[in-house]
Amino acid sequence: MTDNAAQGSTACNLLGLSRTDYNGAKSTLCNGCGHNSIANVIIGAAYDLSLDPTRIAKFSGIGCSSKSPTYFLGRSHSINGLHGRMPSLATGATTVNRELVAIGVSGDGDTGSIGFGQFKHLLRRNVDMVYIIENNGVYGLTKGQLSATADLGQKLKHAGVNELPPLDFCLEAIIAGCGFVARSFAGDPKQLQELIKAAFSHRGTAVLNVISPCVSFNNGEGSTKSYSWGKEHDLPLHEIDFLPMEHDEILADYDPGTIREVALHDGSVIRLKKTDREYDPTDRMAAIKLLEEERSGGMFTTGLLYVDEGRQTFADHERLVPGSLVNLPNEKLRPSKEALDKINGKYR
Amino acid sequence: MSVAVSNALSPAVAGAGRGGGVNDFSITVATVNGSGSQTANNTLLRAIHRMGAPVSGKNIFPSNIQGLPTWFTIRVNRDGFLARCDETQILVAMNKATILEDIQKLQPGGICLYPGEEELPNRRDDVTFYPMPVNEVVQQSGAETRLKPYVANMAYVGTLAYLLGIDLKEIEAALAHNLNGKEKAIALNLGAAKAAYEWAGEHLAKTDPFRIERMDKTDGTFLITGNSGAALGAVFGGVQFVGWYPITPATSLVDSLKEYLRELRCDADGKATYSIVQTEDELAAIGMVIGAGWAGARSMTSTSGPGLSLMAEFAGYAYFAEIPAVIWDVQRMGPATGLPTRVAQGDVLPAYTLGHGDGRHVCLIPASVAECFEFGGTALDLAERLQTLVIVLSDLDLGTNLWPTPPFEYPDKPIDRGKVLTAEDLTRLEGKWQRYADVDGDGIGYRTLPGTNHPAAGYFTRGTGHNEAAAYSERPEEWSANLARLARKHDHARSIVPAPVIELAGEAEVGIISYGSNDLAVQEARVSLEAAGVPTSYLRVRALPLEQRLADFLGNHERVYVVENNLEGQMHQLVQLHDPAGAGRVVSIAKCDGLPLTARWISASILDQEAKEKA
Ligand SMILES: Cc1ncc(C[n+]2csc(CCOP(=O)(O)OP(=O)(O)O)c2C)c(N)n1
Ligand code: SF4
Repeated sequence: MTDNAAQGSTACNLLGLSRTDYNGAKSTLCNGCGHNSIANVIIGAAYDLSLDPTRIAKFSGIGCSSKSPTYFLGRSHSINGLHGRMPSLATGATTVNRELVAIGVSGDGDTGSIGFGQFKHLLRRNVDMVYIIENNGVYGLTKGQLSATADLGQKLKHAGVNELPPLDFCLEAIIAGCGFVARSFAGDPKQLQELIKAAFSHRGTAVLNVISPCVSFNNGEGSTKSYSWGKEHDLPLHEIDFLPMEHDEILADYDPGTIREVALHDGSVIRLKKTDREYDPTDRMAAIKLLEEERSGGMFTTGLLYVDEGRQTFADHERLVPGSLVNLPNEKLRPSKEALDKINGKYR
Repeated sequence: MSVAVSNALSPAVAGAGRGGGVNDFSITVATVNGSGSQTANNTLLRAIHRMGAPVSGKNIFPSNIQGLPTWFTIRVNRDGFLARCDETQILVAMNKATILEDIQKLQPGGICLYPGEEELPNRRDDVTFYPMPVNEVVQQSGAETRLKPYVANMAYVGTLAYLLGIDLKEIEAALAHNLNGKEKAIALNLGAAKAAYEWAGEHLAKTDPFRIERMDKTDGTFLITGNSGAALGAVFGGVQFVGWYPITPATSLVDSLKEYLRELRCDADGKATYSIVQTEDELAAIGMVIGAGWAGARSMTSTSGPGLSLMAEFAGYAYFAEIPAVIWDVQRMGPATGLPTRVAQGDVLPAYTLGHGDGRHVCLIPASVAECFEFGGTALDLAERLQTLVIVLSDLDLGTNLWPTPPFEYPDKPIDRGKVLTAEDLTRLEGKWQRYADVDGDGIGYRTLPGTNHPAAGYFTRGTGHNEAAAYSERPEEWSANLARLARKHDHARSIVPAPVIELAGEAEVGIISYGSNDLAVQEARVSLEAAGVPTSYLRVRALPLEQRLADFLGNHERVYVVENNLEGQMHQLVQLHDPAGAGRVVSIAKCDGLPLTARWISASILDQEAKEKA
């Protein structure tokens, strides 16, 4: 797999930027690592959407996955924090600067073990950001320990047999009140790219649980986080197209019964083309039921599992002055001398 | 330093603090936790302050919501010595469970006020006992059940006011302040205090010498806690983001922040220029603060020992990733959860070196409410100027007790946002900049903020190894160059942190080094030491890293005592490390029993050492 190599085209997006303007540094992850594919997809999504890289802020914890912000959107600010603590960094930064377009990348160890508390609280607060979990069922950077999303009974070379049930990030996200929950696969860049684009338009936390194979430690026989398993078992709920704000497409080509559209707050639309399954992504109980049923089955459903545009974001709750706190001039930050005199007087 | 105190540094008053009678004694109010005595105690305190007599109060309370013994000590001292003192001349014995022990602790010639309806066991001949009309006052007041304990406490306020000659008008004014002008509550409490006052006038024959007489020693000062001062300082210092998790004794700092920010930092339609987030734990609190600091907001948290420990990994991260953030550590007695409602200065070393690997944090150590106010803004300025974590080491005594302070002074320097490059700057530089290059030779690089609209603005922040251009690097020479620059930055910090306060006493052989809330006790001890023939110079540390003046101070004295409220002599160790050449002259005077140090203990400990020295 090539790592973010330039696409060799002179095409530009609406900002006049080429796709290479969205590249990052050359990846140092293993050749074939799912995280590299996801980095490429993020580049593609940001380019397609004509997102301004200088408005994007990237967040990550620690792990191979968390390294990957180095490998996309090199013009954006990025903070690679502590293991499991990316949510708090993102909460602080996005609260004081609401104009940032925030994207976080984490691993299943980073989010599911050490950072699980912060993950749940981020969702509870509904911090406005895209949150991608690059889920490989294993600790890559520390070389192959079982993670909290490893399957029951799964065997790893050094770690042995996993005797505990896996955490399901999608279920956890829905239960925590998240308004955008999707599952995808690093081996299906087309679907993933549409989901990431839609996630950028969602207001509040958008969680993408992306199966991202670790070719070094968990890509073998019997692993449900491997490329071959993913390819064989991926069951898309729908075909997804994301139509950005200024879209002018008409639905004429489609049989109306097979299409469902979800409008996002900024005027963009997620168009879901039905497969042979009936599924309503705005039905929370249906999403929970689907995920519960899958626990025992051997398949994994991908697509937009749940969407709810109604919740206020964390920054909305805070009742802050218009604009962003970081842009306030010093005069707004220091009350007047008279104000201090008044306080001095009050205490006397 | 309060005006009242610094006026009093004359050796002529060496006998002060002996509890002589007029405007010179200590009161201990013994109650049960959760009985609502705080209003009563603060009313007494404020009323005495209003009479012009220097006064301080200390709440010595258990880690419990209801039912365990609590003592509130009030020290009145006409010469302005307001540190805690062990000796008590006046006992208000409201707690049956501790009354025997409390009476034993009274000084000979002292007085004991007790609820009149109770049998007093074990009278002492050398103590005067006065009954208080507690039941009568409660009955007369007609207060509803919920309020009865408060009214009962007003019985001792009224009785004491009569016995000490505290003007009822001042009691009324103090009540109005404490009860925030709520008229019904003021009337109820004042009525009860008056009833007790009148009862005492009819029934008690005063035979003791203790009295409050009007003075002018508190003119221009007011009573306020260090945590309130710190919060106000941060508000006027332009704080924009606060992430926090509740912990005694740091919670009231954030409570005050909320109150003052709401009052002072909202625009006309009530929208805030700040954000306060109560987080899920201290890891998240410091994480949010650092996230906000990285994004360009002036950010802080307040915590105490256990929370500080949880913040350790992020503290090391902020140091190495060079992100501004402020932690107020209102220290309490460790180890572990220790005595959560008692004081100590046990976080000096842990705070200075908080984190993993190499790294030293800038620490500020306020000694008075005025300094809490000042450092509230200074800490934010230094954090942004130095692009680093700044830890302010306050403590429970300073933070949660009421202290007299002169009016807060409006900051005379503009808010310092440090070295930040804007999009215009980057255009001027033709996009050529390096995040971690030491352009100015002070070890501090230039940063850009996320969202800066210039293609060259973005950079990558990480705790892992990086070069000047903020790119990942494991090259030994880049790694060590970066650490060397950080050391240079720390050295630069030395020259801009608050300087120590030094008081030289002529040719004194003996020096004292101390810091924080010990200050008043040290100043008082110096007076008695001088009277005992041991004049001392005094250096009060106000910040870490320590600086050259400290080494000079060591060089200029034969023996230097480092006085502090912890077991290990933590500052003593830092002083020795700072100046190995002078280390042999430094003696640790350290104690840790959960209470503020007393002048008597300090002077006795130093005299003891001096005697050994001369022997
Ligand atoms: C506090 C702390 N504990 C442990 C580690 C070591 N560590 C680094 S990465 C990692 C696991 C990463 O796993 P995951 O999040 O699944 O990411 P992956 O490498 O698989 O992408 C651990 C345990 C650390 N960096 N910090
Ligand atoms: S160890 Fe696994 S997760 Fe890490 S880079 Fe290699 S393939 Fe990817």
